[in-house]
Amino acid sequence: MLAAVFDFKNFVDTFWSNAITGLSLGSVYALVALGYTLVYGVLRLINFANSEVFMLGTFGSVVALNVLGYNDASAQLGFFGIVGSFALLLVASLTFSAGAAVALEFVAYRPLRRRGAPRLVFLISAIGASLVMASAVERFGPKKNESYAIARVWSSTTKALFTIGENGEVQIRNVVVFVGSMLMMLALSLFVSRTRFGKGMRAVAQDSETARILGVNTDQIIVVTFVLGGLMAGAAAFLYMVQYQVTDYSVGFVLGVKAFTAAVLGGIGNLKGALLGGLLLGVLENSGAGLFGGKWKDVVSFVVLVAVLMFRPNGLLGESLGRARA
Amino acid sequence: MSTPNNDTVPVDESMAKEMIKAATKSSPRHRFSPIDAFSNLPSQARLAISLVFLGFLYVLPWLTWLPVLPTTGSDFSTVLTTLVVPYVLIALGLNVVVGQAGLLDLGYVGFFAIGAYTMGVLTTKHFQWDGILWFAALVVAVVVTSGLGVLIGAPTLRLRGDYLAIVTLGFGEIIRIVAKNTAWLGAAEGISGIPSMPSFLWFKIDILEARWLWTVGLSAILLVIFVLSLLERSRVGRAWTAVREDEDAAELMGVPTFKFKLLAFAIGAAIGGLGGVFYTTRNSAIYENQFAIQQSILFLAAVVLGGLGNRYGAVLGGFLVAYLPERLRFLADKRYFAFGIVLVFMMIFRPQGLLPRRTKARTATDAPQVTVSTSVPSGGAS
Repeated sequence: MLAAVFDFKNFVDTFWSNAITGLSLGSVYALVALGYTLVYGVLRLINFANSEVFMLGTFGSVVALNVLGYNDASAQLGFFGIVGSFALLLVASLTFSAGAAVALEFVAYRPLRRRGAPRLVFLISAIGASLVMASAVERFGPKKNESYAIARVWSSTTKALFTIGENGEVQIRNVVVFVGSMLMMLALSLFVSRTRFGKGMRAVAQDSETARILGVNTDQIIVVTFVLGGLMAGAAAFLYMVQYQVTDYSVGFVLGVKAFTAAVLGGIGNLKGALLGGLLLGVLENSGAGLFGGKWKDVVSFVVLVAVLMFRPNGLLGESLGRARA
Repeated sequence: MSTPNNDTVPVDESMAKEMIKAATKSSPRHRFSPIDAFSNLPSQARLAISLVFLGFLYVLPWLTWLPVLPTTGSDFSTVLTTLVVPYVLIALGLNVVVGQAGLLDLGYVGFFAIGAYTMGVLTTKHFQWDGILWFAALVVAVVVTSGLGVLIGAPTLRLRGDYLAIVTLGFGEIIRIVAKNTAWLGAAEGISGIPSMPSFLWFKIDILEARWLWTVGLSAILLVIFVLSLLERSRVGRAWTAVREDEDAAELMGVPTFKFKLLAFAIGAAIGGLGGVFYTTRNSAIYENQFAIQQSILFLAAVVLGGLGNRYGAVLGGFLVAYLPERLRFLADKRYFAFGIVLVFMMIFRPQGLLPRRTKARTATDAPQVTVSTSVPSGGAS
């Protein structure tokens, strides 16, 4: 009876490979979750359009690839060629995402803040902006069969480095994704804790009114927050492209929901929480898929979320960027 | 400013209204507002206009000769019955949950799905309830949805704000995935061949025709509006307002907040389920993809677009969200782009929605005092 629901053999067989995929995907979740958590921590706002900021970032890489013209499989690249192209793609993704995030703040959020609109209005504005971004890419973006194809640059990353257990093959891309996201998060946490802007962000998160009275330029801090969120989403987008190599105008939505789930799981507004939530969600989701079958993957992640929130209503690590409670 | 005609109206009522109007109109710009103009009219005139408008709504599917209104790319009466009726019902239900009780529910599409799927299961291969039993199926669908609203609400409603939002979103998605992965519910192909409402033999009209279904759907909407307006004026409505404005204060004042939140969830779910039932009446085939999370987001957009907390706003919003993409079909694949731009600009220039929440006379006259009292401590005490 139990065997019909649980597939223990499959779970054990695929444990390591699921854990490795889970960590890679979880790193991407964590980076996107940081975008949600930063904006939420500073503004108490679910930046719903962060998912589309991520999506635009993946297209940054696609556009850069098209400019480089590496789509024909015959091109041969040396080590430095590959690393240089990667750097270029990363910069393109970062630029696209950060640009989109800032544009979002200026077009969809700032006018509303000026008017003191209620919170739900921001959410709807963000939904409208997401629709615009997704359908603009669908309509005007590069067409699928032209440029989404696997490029020469990507194929260099699927080489296996070593194997854990039976089939836990660790490829270059897994390492790149994991290490890359950890570096981004380290940089972010240093920025928030060490720099003047970071101090400003923490001040606005604690009490925006007092911060403003004490001379913090809140509008500037908010723009910086969106830039940081955008950069995290851009890095996530680049790493997503390294891991999966294809993208689509609709790639943002589901990933955005998962990343937001990760942010809430860890405790929204909490940078460490986003990391923990992202990695945990990535691993649990993939292990759950091994245990219950791939079609129940999304159910596993939401059930985990509900279960955690039942016992820890503010997430695993609690809210912390600003005050303790919303 | 137009002044009401005092000769035709009981004097004290119109004078009171006039005073309220004078108190609310403190803004320096006196722009003409059709809503104010309408509420300034004598009550008989308002009744007459409402009746004419209702009559107009009932004959809407027959008015295909009108210049702008009918949809060009798709059959107007089909749009009305398959999209407008369910969307308006859903907007009404969601307005109870989000607009009145202030609970941000991002998984509302789940209730829509449960209503539609219950109907599908009861009337097709598994049970084959048809004829008069169709109505029994309708009742069962609404009851089941409402019950599931309680089941989902009981553990989740202890969470607040954004946590509730993401958890409800999760539940909405779980419902869809369960429908997709369960063979008994038709899996990915869904359920097809759902019968429409049985025709009443004694009416000699073909109820299966979309235009008559619109009549039934519109009547259902009116019934729901009537029940909701009774609820809003009762203790329940006041409790919801209290929970929405300040949950802690409400709890301290003795309002059993959890119970009323659960009630809002159950009632909202029941109306969403009814929307699901009407969705099946003409579509006859349902599959999981029609109930994706994006739909939930669209429903929420409908409520906020129309005016959060205002029933008629929800109706208008539901209508627009169902109708505009069909009306804009000539824009083809650019229509969601256009819809997104409309949403953003709408929120910037009219964040309270097309038909804003109606503030009671009391709160309107209190408003200036409130602003004074908040400005005092910031200047003096602190």
